[in-house]
Amino acid sequence: MNKTLKNTSTADRTSKYVTIVIIAVLYVVLMVLDNLKATPGSTFGKILTMLIPVLRKGAIYSLLCVSMNLLNGFTGLFSLGQAGFMLIGAYAYAIFSIPAGDHAAVYQYFEGGAIQFSIPEILSGVLGNTAGSFLGAIICILIAGVVAAVFAALIGIPCLRFKSDYLAIATLGFAEIIRAFFQWDGLGRITNGSNLLRKYTSFSDMKIVAGETTVKFGTVFVFLIAMLSILFIILLINSSYGRAYKAIRDDEVAAEAMGINLFKHKMQAFVISSFFAGVGGALLAMYQTTVNAAPFKSAMTYEILLMVVIGGIGSVSGSCIAAFLYIACNEWWLRFLDSGSLFGLVDVPFFRDGFRKVVFSVIIMIIVLFFSRGIMGDKELSLKGVLKKRQRKKEAKAAQAEGGDAE
Amino acid sequence: MSREHVLEVENVTMQFGGVVAVNNLTMEVNRDEIVALIGPNGAGKTTAFNCITGVYQPTNGIVRFEGQPIVVNHPRGKMKKEYGGQNAELYVNEKTLDPTPDEITKLGVARTFQNIRLWKSMTVYDNVLTAKHMRAKQSVFSATFRTTRKEEERMREETEKLLKEQDLWDVRDDLATSLPYGQQRRLEIARALATEPKLLLLDEPAAGMNPQETLELAAFIHDIREKYQLTILLIEHHMDLVMNISDRIYVLDFGSLIAQGTPDEVQNNQRVIDAYLGVAEDE
Repeated sequence: MNKTLKNTSTADRTSKYVTIVIIAVLYVVLMVLDNLKATPGSTFGKILTMLIPVLRKGAIYSLLCVSMNLLNGFTGLFSLGQAGFMLIGAYAYAIFSIPAGDHAAVYQYFEGGAIQFSIPEILSGVLGNTAGSFLGAIICILIAGVVAAVFAALIGIPCLRFKSDYLAIATLGFAEIIRAFFQWDGLGRITNGSNLLRKYTSFSDMKIVAGETTVKFGTVFVFLIAMLSILFIILLINSSYGRAYKAIRDDEVAAEAMGINLFKHKMQAFVISSFFAGVGGALLAMYQTTVNAAPFKSAMTYEILLMVVIGGIGSVSGSCIAAFLYIACNEWWLRFLDSGSLFGLVDVPFFRDGFRKVVFSVIIMIIVLFFSRGIMGDKELSLKGVLKKRQRKKEAKAAQAEGGDAE
Repeated sequence: MSREHVLEVENVTMQFGGVVAVNNLTMEVNRDEIVALIGPNGAGKTTAFNCITGVYQPTNGIVRFEGQPIVVNHPRGKMKKEYGGQNAELYVNEKTLDPTPDEITKLGVARTFQNIRLWKSMTVYDNVLTAKHMRAKQSVFSATFRTTRKEEERMREETEKLLKEQDLWDVRDDLATSLPYGQQRRLEIARALATEPKLLLLDEPAAGMNPQETLELAAFIHDIREKYQLTILLIEHHMDLVMNISDRIYVLDFGSLIAQGTPDEVQNNQRVIDAYLGVAEDE
């Protein structure tokens, strides 16, 4: 007994150190990637121009998937409002970080808009340019999350009384209402109607300039925000509240009978999930450099839902893996299917625009057929698990050997 | 033995549309008693349970727990016209109370279910630990940021203690649904005990058990009553179990109370025998 206890704690410690090292290495690599200068046109340059956007978008979608998984996978609330909350987050972020000087140009149809300040700019005035834009962006991201969470709380009051499919329909409806609302001219002085919001702080502003040298932090910044957010969700899931959410998912009636207030806990999960959808929306706005309500359709929610399903409903690591794979395939690896030729060598007649989507659908069907519970199911990928498994195997072998000796 | 009422059910009627499932049920359970609620299939036993635990709000009547009203209702709205029970006017002036089941559990009433409702994807250990959530004082943030580690540790210690007492410690890492049937029943009771109840409602605890298991269950119920100072109300079909362990018995038939008393009294009651065996129709 004692021996195994000791062993698990060493496994714990080793996995902790290894995880820290892996994360540190990851950030060093990202930092290098951020600042590499490849000659344009070279193979390496081509790869780099694809790799960085894929990494950034992958990180953003990982967060969005995990936040959706918190609701759909862990609390068992089938909600399809993700795109709506992302939209709120993206807009809240953009509105508060457009430089004051650019308001006249951005809000040209709405007399320069109603909000005449920019948080990154105000902070830059106090803290200097670098710290100002970093801190400003972080504060705006937090505001984005909070605004999305407030909307979620309001929408949750009527919606969370529904169950399963009805909840999905209600949230989907609200997401569409939000999209229409943000495009409404009456709100134009804040949301710029159906026009683009632009010129706000984006990833390219995430840099430190010291004289001649510039160190860029765009990708590091996304990963940091996404990772911290996902870490929060993981901690939440493994806390007492996380267990209560899972209880609600497994059996509502039993959960209620064991003293778990359904409405309170559902509302919590809904608000927290929407907060991170808002954060993800803000990051997406940073990534796109312009934002407008039109693309935040239900199709966007389905895309995220698809990633969650591929990754495994109820698995955080599955969601992350699926998000990166999906984005990489969609944006990069399967692009050649639309390009008209195979690797630029052989002309293939049916490799035309849209063929990528056909192949993509086939791949998804294969995944759904053969991995019906997603890549990870509801398991988590963890170093500790791998180490423990190896240890157990070793122990089993030792026990077998011992048994053999005894005979 | 003190004669303090833990649970009082007063004139409770539950009507679904035109069907009166429970008709004017009045019963009380005293502290430290084991009381059984029996009756043929469809007599309204589980409905009565659901009225007590807040799953349904009764159409009429009062439920009191430790002297305090916890559920109060009188026929309202559409039911005013359609009400088919008795005493419709009795509680018109009372303020209605319709708590959610978790609020009632918080007062100290825990229950198990007729068809086992364990949390399927969770281990035995997590099933009990999760039930401890209700009594925890931590907020979402303090729980997420692990600032209330002490409380979490205490919850885990209590869970360990409870599982060891219930002989479930060795299977703690198994999925709840992978346990044999008898152990699942036992786990469901352990989970209910984790909410620290004063009154435990058992809905057919011996359903699907063989005679040997039923005997063990009787000893087990006696045991937990002593150990956790519980008052127990149970629904059961196994007459040997009921007659063996209960202090008093209430008999329901077609929603109405037809008999009550000690096991001996009930066993010899003609109406009970008729309800269970049927009456000859050749009169």
